[in-house]
Amino acid sequence: MIRKLSTPLSREDVLSLRAGDQVLLSGVVYTARDAAHLRLVQALEKGEELPLPLEGQVIYYAGPTPTPQGRAIGSIGPTTSIRMDAYTPALLEKGLRGMIGKGKRTAPVVEAMQAYPAVYFAAIGGAAALMASCVTACEVIAYDDLGPESIKRLTLRDLPLVVAVDAQGGDAFAQGQAAYLAQRDAP
Amino acid sequence: MREIDASRVTEAVATLCVEANCFLAEDVRCALCAAEKQEPFAPAREILHILCQNEEIARRERMPICQDTGMAVVFAEVGQDVHITGNFQEAVNAGVRQGYTQGLLRKSVVGDPLRRVNTGDNTPAILHVRLVPGDRLKLTVAPKGFGSENMSQLKMLTPADGLAGVKRMVLQTVRDAGANPCPPMVLGIGIGGDFERVAQLAKEALLLPLSQRNPDPYYAALEEELLAEINQTGIGPQGLGGETTALGLHILTAPTHIAGLPVAVNVSCHVTRHQSMTL
Repeated sequence: MIRKLSTPLSREDVLSLRAGDQVLLSGVVYTARDAAHLRLVQALEKGEELPLPLEGQVIYYAGPTPTPQGRAIGSIGPTTSIRMDAYTPALLEKGLRGMIGKGKRTAPVVEAMQAYPAVYFAAIGGAAALMASCVTACEVIAYDDLGPESIKRLTLRDLPLVVAVDAQGGDAFAQGQAAYLAQRDAP
Repeated sequence: MREIDASRVTEAVATLCVEANCFLAEDVRCALCAAEKQEPFAPAREILHILCQNEEIARRERMPICQDTGMAVVFAEVGQDVHITGNFQEAVNAGVRQGYTQGLLRKSVVGDPLRRVNTGDNTPAILHVRLVPGDRLKLTVAPKGFGSENMSQLKMLTPADGLAGVKRMVLQTVRDAGANPCPPMVLGIGIGGDFERVAQLAKEALLLPLSQRNPDPYYAALEEELLAEINQTGIGPQGLGGETTALGLHILTAPTHIAGLPVAVNVSCHVTRHQSMTL
């Protein structure tokens, strides 16, 4: 069954999700990649106000291609999440409740996701032309000088995602690979 | 001596940048479609179906297949009887600038690796020039995303490591990469040469048609064996489990030193891009 969810995410939303669940996500999310994460964490260290809200919010690790005329956004898909792991626990501590990316996370992030709690979704890496149609609005809200790495506020409509790591530490990569190997090796 | 004006180089590179990013090379497209039909694990089949749909949308709408439109890696085979009028390197970079700007591709290059300011036009290209016989100029543009590039590895093995060491190195690189490089992957493997030559061989191996095997039966068998083993790891599309971990793999070799066995594995993704034009 595919579950429909809207941002901001509540604590209950997050706690009810399990690794491997399929989700269609709608509502506002914020893009941030490596350079934006560095600035966000530096701002937190200095006690400055952040250019985006974190409480209950979702960050999408993505930098879209430029927007063609007559469209809401260019091609957009996830970037590799693990590069953000050095910065992620600090954001989770401030109430960040969801992340969208691709690939695995490191142990400190998985642990912080259980402590606060939060969920990590995987979008299909490389399916960027198709997923562009799930974004209905895009606006740069901070760090414009970073170009593709600026922070953008996106409005999503039914972006297809898989819960990759849940707030209990469940891991869809390990589960999926085990399920395939079990099917292959079944007598 | 045949004259080619540098402006033709710019025009060709600009076109190739856009086409490579919006139209998946035919061999990769076919491999992706074939994988969808052959994949035995239903969730993996569903992901492969979405990747095929994505490729169709990109082609139809002339949109980039992936938002990471890469660093522009340009291979130029320059006939020794060709004279290029103007500045060749500047002409290539002008082509990249034009292609990435007018073609609405993402600008993903920083001018300095540590101070990291975006150059704003995706230049400079990574340019490989080779002098060949003849009076033609062949240009290949292979935009390379860094989700997969970051997962690539190079090792200076010893002769004692031998064939078994090479196989271990390739398999370990694939396992370490896991879900990160957007599997199903394409792998370019270089063996031999020296430190820099082996990396270039691995990159060049990514340009070879996936339907084609190594002309040397010894390496053709090794390619098939490695591909079969990689597709037994269970990583699968997007790392979420399945048979289709890699769509293809090529090995390129070069003579090497008596003391060495360099190996490089250049990891690429299901959007392994390359387009060529001959002037």
